[in-house]
Order: sequence, then C-alpha cells, then structure tokens
Amino acid sequence: MRIVRGIVGLIGELLITLGVVTLAYVVWQLWWTDVVSEADAREAVVALQAGFQDEAAEAQGHTDGMERGDAFAIVRIPRFGAGYARPLYEGTDRETLRRGIGHYPESAKPGQMGNFAMAGHRTTYGKPFSLIHELRRGDRIIIETREGYYVYEKTDDLIVYPHQVEVVLPVPSRPGVAPTQAMVTLTSCHPQFSSRQRWVTHGVFVGFYSLADTLPPDFLKVRS
Amino acid sequence: MSFYGAIWSLLPGPRPVKAILALALIAGVIAVLFTWVFPMIEPMMPFNDITVEPEG
Repeated sequence: MRIVRGIVGLIGELLITLGVVTLAYVVWQLWWTDVVSEADAREAVVALQAGFQDEAAEAQGHTDGMERGDAFAIVRIPRFGAGYARPLYEGTDRETLRRGIGHYPESAKPGQMGNFAMAGHRTTYGKPFSLIHELRRGDRIIIETREGYYVYEKTDDLIVYPHQVEVVLPVPSRPGVAPTQAMVTLTSCHPQFSSRQRWVTHGVFVGFYSLADTLPPDFLKVRS
Repeated sequence: MSFYGAIWSLLPGPRPVKAILALALIAGVIAVLFTWVFPMIEPMMPFNDITVEPEG
C-alpha cells in the first residue's frame, strides 16, 4: 500500500512538473523571444544607421554580394507606428527570422524590377509584422538602405497556403513572365498564432529618395 | 517517496539557506530551458512558420 502511494505521489510530481514546464514554454515563446529579439533589433537598427552615414563603409560596397544573415536595410512602415524601424536581413531561414525581417534571397533587390519579397513574424520574436492585417491600400512601406529610401505603397493582400510560392515570383502567380514593374511582397503567418496559412501583402514601388534628398514632412506619418 | 522532498533534504543548511538554494536551482533550470531546450523544441511547434516554400 505504501509503495502504491509513493508511486502515485511520484507520478503526481511528474505531472505537476510537466505542467509548469509547459507554462514556462508559453512564457518563453510569447514574452521572452520578444524581449530578446526587440533588444537585438534596436541595436541592429542603430548599427545600420551608423553604417549608412559612414563614408568608409560605403567604399566597401553594399547590397551586392550579401550573405545570409547580413543586415542591409531598415524597414519603416508608418502605419505600424511613427518610430517603427526594423532591421532587414538577407535570408528567410529560421535563425535569421528570429532576429528581424528576412529578404527572400532569390527575389528582387529594393527598387529593382520584379518582386522584392520579405518575411516577418506576426507573433513572437519581436513580431515585426504583428499589424500586417491593418495595412491599408496606399500605406507606405519604406526600405532605407545605404543608397536611400525606396518607397512602396500597399496595393492588396491575400491569404494563401504555405506552399504557394507563386506569391513571391517576379510577377506573382505568373511563372516565367518577365516583370514590368517593381513591387514588394510581405509574408507572415495566418491566422495569428498558427502556421496553417500565410498572410501576403503586395505593394508597388512609387519612388526613391537619396539620403541627401529632403524628405516630405509627412514621410514617416500615416497619410489618409 | 518524493522527488522534490528528496532534493529539499539534500540541500544543506538551515531553512532560509535551503530556500535560497532551492530558488537558485529553479532559476538555473529556467535558464537552461530558455537558452537551449525551448529553442530546440520550437521548430516542431505548429505556429511559427512565416515563409512560403515549395512543398516537400
């Protein structure tokens, strides 16, 4: 009888432990990954800005010859907040996306003809695209690089399944067709807290400002 | 028979010291979970994929 009670007690302790560890996982996933990732992203943005202004760094070359994991731009989306600035890294592997927004390596470069595509977390890891569903038609997506600001405006969004890679093609859904315009695509998960589908937002390239240009006064504000 | 009871009796010193050591142990376990275990488990969780990729 004593042994049975002892075993039952041990099983009870095990179950309680599992419960506590599961709870700890939720805390880690929903809170701690944000804390770590947001601090890392803030540092990356500061370093990028310093690099953009550094003439010496400019001489070393820029977006060509980027390697996976390199930060090369700052993404600014006024609809996500006036101070919204997140680092953009080359590559969309898991490790890179834990640090910020990732650029699909085969897709176009900022401002280039074709489809400039990026992926960002909608929940956890600093959730750079948490408000992606609130972007409206005409909202600006600004890519700040060493050369200047590439400005895109949102056109539409759609929900697809994870294997529908046609959304990041140079001309979405039309394989093999040569692009005639520069556009942007953002992908994130959908529904929130699920990986069942993907939220996809498209936009078109509307203009470029060099770092020396005077920016419109409402450049980083929501227009409408 | 109790796992946590056994740990408690193994901790040295009077009650307050035991309590502090127990808290340190808990903090250590959480640190290991946050740093290594959870990031390893995460890829198996069905809510963190955000890219479109070919099937397979």
